[in-house]
Formats: sequence, structure tokens, C-alpha cells
Amino acid sequence: MDYSFKVFNREFIEILSSIIEAWEKEKIEEGYRDRKKSFETESGIPIKNVYTPLDISDQDYIQQLGMPGQYPFTRGIHYNMYRGRVWTMREFSGFGTPEDTNRRFKYLIEHGETGLSIAFDFPTLLGIDPDDPRAYGEVGVVGVSVPTLNDMEVIFNGINMGEVTTNMTINPPAPVMLSFYVATARSQGVPDEKIGGTTQNDQLKEFIAQKSWVFPPQPALKIGVDLIEWSIKNLPKWNPISISGYHIYEAGATAVEELALTLADGIEYVREMIRRGYKVDDFAHRLSFFFASGVQVFEHVAKFRAARRMWAKIMKEWFGATKKRSMWLRFHTQTSGVELTALEPYNNIIRVTLQALAAVLGGTQSLHTNAFDEALALPTEFSAKIALRTQQILAYESGIADTVDPLGGSYYIEWLTDRIEEEAWKIIYKIEEMGGMINAIEKGYPQSLITESAYRKQKSIEEMRKIVVGVNAFKGEILEEEKRIPLLKIDEEKVREQQIQRVRRVRSERDPAKWRSSLLELERAAMRGENIMPYVYNAAISRATLGEIMGTLREIYGEWSEPIYL
Amino acid sequence: MILYSEELIGSEESSLREYRKIPKIIVAKLGLDGHDRGAKVVARALRDAGFEVVYTGIRQTPEMIVNTALQEDADVIGISMLSGSHMTLVPMVLKLLKDNGAEDIKVVVGGTIPPDDAEKLKEMGVAEVFPPDTPLSYIVKRIKELVEERRK
Repeated sequence: MDYSFKVFNREFIEILSSIIEAWEKEKIEEGYRDRKKSFETESGIPIKNVYTPLDISDQDYIQQLGMPGQYPFTRGIHYNMYRGRVWTMREFSGFGTPEDTNRRFKYLIEHGETGLSIAFDFPTLLGIDPDDPRAYGEVGVVGVSVPTLNDMEVIFNGINMGEVTTNMTINPPAPVMLSFYVATARSQGVPDEKIGGTTQNDQLKEFIAQKSWVFPPQPALKIGVDLIEWSIKNLPKWNPISISGYHIYEAGATAVEELALTLADGIEYVREMIRRGYKVDDFAHRLSFFFASGVQVFEHVAKFRAARRMWAKIMKEWFGATKKRSMWLRFHTQTSGVELTALEPYNNIIRVTLQALAAVLGGTQSLHTNAFDEALALPTEFSAKIALRTQQILAYESGIADTVDPLGGSYYIEWLTDRIEEEAWKIIYKIEEMGGMINAIEKGYPQSLITESAYRKQKSIEEMRKIVVGVNAFKGEILEEEKRIPLLKIDEEKVREQQIQRVRRVRSERDPAKWRSSLLELERAAMRGENIMPYVYNAAISRATLGEIMGTLREIYGEWSEPIYL
Repeated sequence: MILYSEELIGSEESSLREYRKIPKIIVAKLGLDGHDRGAKVVARALRDAGFEVVYTGIRQTPEMIVNTALQEDADVIGISMLSGSHMTLVPMVLKLLKDNGAEDIKVVVGGTIPPDDAEKLKEMGVAEVFPPDTPLSYIVKRIKELVEERRK
């Protein structure tokens, strides 16, 4: 179909223009009040008084919107979206010992959660064992400690891994965690075709935002793509990467910057796969994305719609994808954590509802709603349950899931979607001019962009240009029950003790010959520049620990230390 | 609408500069966490307010931070943490300062610190804890006071 039509004809637009002109005059004559001098979105896009067909008179419905499930997928990747099935409700959880996390997973499943999501502790995120001196004070604190295959087996004890899908928020050690996961599923008797879920495995984003890097950018990209390649061959249901804007937004980027930098990262992964000789249609359908959703509902809805349209264009026009699925931008969303407040924390329930609303109106495939106490600590059972219930109320009570892209056609939303797309392309082209994302990272471009925006956002709160209820405005007496909300406490020392004992037991009980040769083979494969995944898997099943596998790779690839951008 | 009334960042910049010598602060991320948004925002605000700021970057151990503070002859150490490991790692910083006879260097902690822990940290000798949502202007003002206190 190569139709090209404007929604509104020229005659109508001319008449409307004169109506608007007259309205402007009337407005001035009647005297005009404004709450503030100017209104703009958080990304700095100026917002008009009202939007009319005039603002989208250039938009071509068929070319730029189309129908849900049709290129360029602005209105959704599926033709019926949530009428067919609601999004996956996936609360990020994990803390303490693998036993603690196993209990929390079962609790969430019992309350209707439909997908699991593992939060790992810092030693695991950085690929070191709990008895490493650098792990002191951090074992099991922000997530669960998983230094061995045995730990993964405990986490999934009594959970059928053929029936749930699991997201693992892990980056440099993603090959190791995926190996632990697959080995555990296989030992449960789950066939590879039924192993489903996602490894975050977004190595580039680490340098831009989350900063849990280990290796320098070039080998990091190589490892990430090794995992993608291995998954495509072995695990047909696995999403090997979740190209992540979330951390970029949380580090201070605007919605536009988050969108642009995420797609620019995505472009780099696609290029690397093509360099390895793959055709884009062989792998693109398995790439997935991850975005933040903020309390500024319309800006985020527009961001999600623009994201789908832009990725479809990139895949089709830049990389020559021909299959529909290669052009789909499938994404998970997490509600923005930095927008939550430690003051009057119960207000966060309302903030999370608005953020989740934006994600759903934007057409997300899966959603994690934060708990209201997360500006203070990890969620308790109570706060995690409310977060999950928020999603269920949106899905089943509100009616927002009953038709596809309900905001589509809104003059404002369509205009804003176009504007956000335009602004995001500028950043993408700039990165292209710099020679791609790795070069941009090495020059510090995305890092400085974010640091600048973070400072600007904070200043706008200080200078009262941005109102945060209960923080810089409408402050009253803080009640005793808001001050002393029950928080989750982790006995780090106890968790560390247990995890050190377990990792030591694993080391003493394994077959030393098998273990040694598996690490040696990994080392040689890495030196030859081969795909490391099969060797990491073998090391994992020979019960090599996370720290040992990552240590072997560190020897070869080196470590990254960041130039500081302030 | 009730607003907070502290003066905005930078307004007392000139008086600070005149003060004997420019106050110096180490801003550091303690532990393995890399979320450095808060640390960088505070570092910039302090710099804009006339402080000499040494930003260490992420993944600092207690030893690294204390060594930097001693070498740089800092007035204040500002630690940013949201990893939950503050109750283990911050006391190590305090102990190292003491072992080096440098307890006079003030330690402030900012980030995701539950109120109970904040009280305990203060009992241990942390000069100030800034929970999330603390205005930058307040952080700057309070640290300025601590510098003056130290130099009395």
C-alpha cells in the first residue's frame, strides 16, 4: 500500500486557520490569564494553549500512524493489543539469600504476578564472589546474591521454569547468569524451546548511565553480541538483550534523550550482528527494549509511540528488514524511581499510578510498577503487593486496556509524538556523525548530556519552576505514620556468612579437573576471539563460580575506568 | 502554597571565597554502586557555591576515600549512597579517620538512608545525613556551617 493522504483537506485547514485567528483575537480582547509565563514538557518542548487539527495537518495517517499491528506500528505492534492479552506484570524483586528471593517470588506469583524479574546484588552485578573483599557490606543488599549455579537452583526451587518467563537485570556477567538459568531449567527437564525471558545484557548503557561496567566498551559489546548470537541459535523464546533507556532516564536524561540514546545503542548492536555475517531478519525479532515511564503522562505516551515508529523506520530503511517482527519495538517499562519522594512516601502510590498509566497508554508489553517505599529501601511484602495491585486495577477496572491506542488522534499527542521524534533524530544523527555510539561514549558525549540534564532538573525543583507536591510545595506537618513506615531490613552480615559458606562448599565439592579445564578452555576461546558463550556455559555446569569465570575474562579483556564528567 | 525559604544556591558565593581559604570537600560514591546522579548534582552545586570539590568517581572503598581526604587536606567528606550498605561501610570511614588522627574532618552522608539509620549514623559521628528530597541550597548551607565549625 503506497497511499499518501492528509487527514484534513486544504479547504478545511484554511477555514480552521481563520477560526483560530479570530479566536486568538478574542482571547486578547477578553484578557488572558496564565498560571505561569510559559509551559513546556520536561524535555523542554514548549506547549501551546490548545491543539487543533492545524497542528497535525501535515501528518499522513497511513504513512505515519497506520493501523495497530501495521508499519510503522505507531499505534501498537499487535492489531488488538490488550484486548487480546494484557501486558505482563513483572515486579523487579530479589534480596538477601536465594532462599529469601525464592519466597518473595512465590508470594508474588500467588498474588497474580505473571512474570518474574531478578534483582541481583552489587557483587553479582559486577561479577565477584561474596568472599571477595570488595563485596564486603554489599552481599544480598540491593538484590539477591547468585555466585554459583547452586544459588540459581535454590531461587527456582518449586517454580516451574517452563511456565514462567524471567527477566534478569544483569549486564557484564549476563553470559554467566544466563548459563546458570539455562542449566537450572534443563535440570528441571524444561526443553530449550520453552525457556523464556530476558537478559538485560545492554553493555553500552552501562557506560552511559548505570555504571556497573566491568570490561571496556569494545570487548563489552563483543560479549553482549556473543550472548545474542548464542541465544538465537539455542533458545528460540529468549530475548537476549533488553536495550535500556530506563537507567539513562534515571540518571537524569530527558525523555527525548532517553529515547535517542537507547535507539542509538540499539543501532550499534544491530551493526555488530551484521558485521558477524547475520541478516537483520535472522535476529532482529529477538531484540527487546526497556524504558522508563514518568509522571508527565503525555510526554511519555508520546515517547513510546515515537519509539515504535522510529525503530520501525531504522530497521526497514537503514537495515533493510523485510519481516514485520524485525521492525517491532517490543518493550518493558518500569515506572521512574527518581520521581518518587522520601517525604510523604504514600503520595508515591499516586505517582506510580500515573507513570503506569502512561506506560499502558503507550502500549508497553510488560510493566514493573515501583513500590511507594522505594525512595527509602527495597519493597516490603506490603508495598510490593500494592504496586502489583496498581497494575491489576489499571488492567481490569479502569477500562484503559479495552481499546488500542486510545490517545491516538489526539491533536496534542500526535503533535507531541512528531516533535519528540524530530528532537530524538537530531541526537541520533549527532552520534552517527561522531562515528557511532562507542566513539560517542569514549568522547563522553552521552555522559555529559545526562549530567547536564540532571543538574537542570534539580535546579528547576529548587527554583520552583517544577512543583513536587509535599517536597517543595504544599508542605505541611509530617505525620508520625508517614515518618515511620515499616521498611525491609536486610541482615547483610548473616546473608554474607551464608553465601560465603555456600560458595566455599561449591568450590570444595566440585570435580577439580573438570573445573580447571573448563576455565582453561574459556580463556583460550576468549583469546582466539571466539564466541565465549558455549565455554561460559561449560564452566558454569562444572560449578565454576561467577567470580572465577568473570576473573578469567577480566584477565583477557581488561577493566574499564571512567574519565569523570562533572 | 507553602514554599521553603532557604536562599538559593550560590548567593553567598563571594563571602565564602573570602573566608581564609576556599573550603574543600571530597564527594565520593562509597561501595560498588554506580548511580552517581545525586553525587554529581551535589558536587556541581557545591562547586557553583564556591567550594573546591574533589569528585572521586564511583566504586570507592573507605580506604580510598580517607586517603584522598588526607592528601587533599579536605574539610569535609561527602558520601553518596543508595545501595543500602551504608551501615557497614560508613562506620569504616569514621574508624579510618580516627586511626589517622583526622576525626576533625567532617563526614556527611546523602542518599537513600532510612530515618532510623540516619539517627544511628549521627550517633556514630556522622555530622549530617541528607535524605532524598533535601534541597541543594540546604545541603550547601549546612556544609558551609560545618566548615566554619571545623575551622574555629
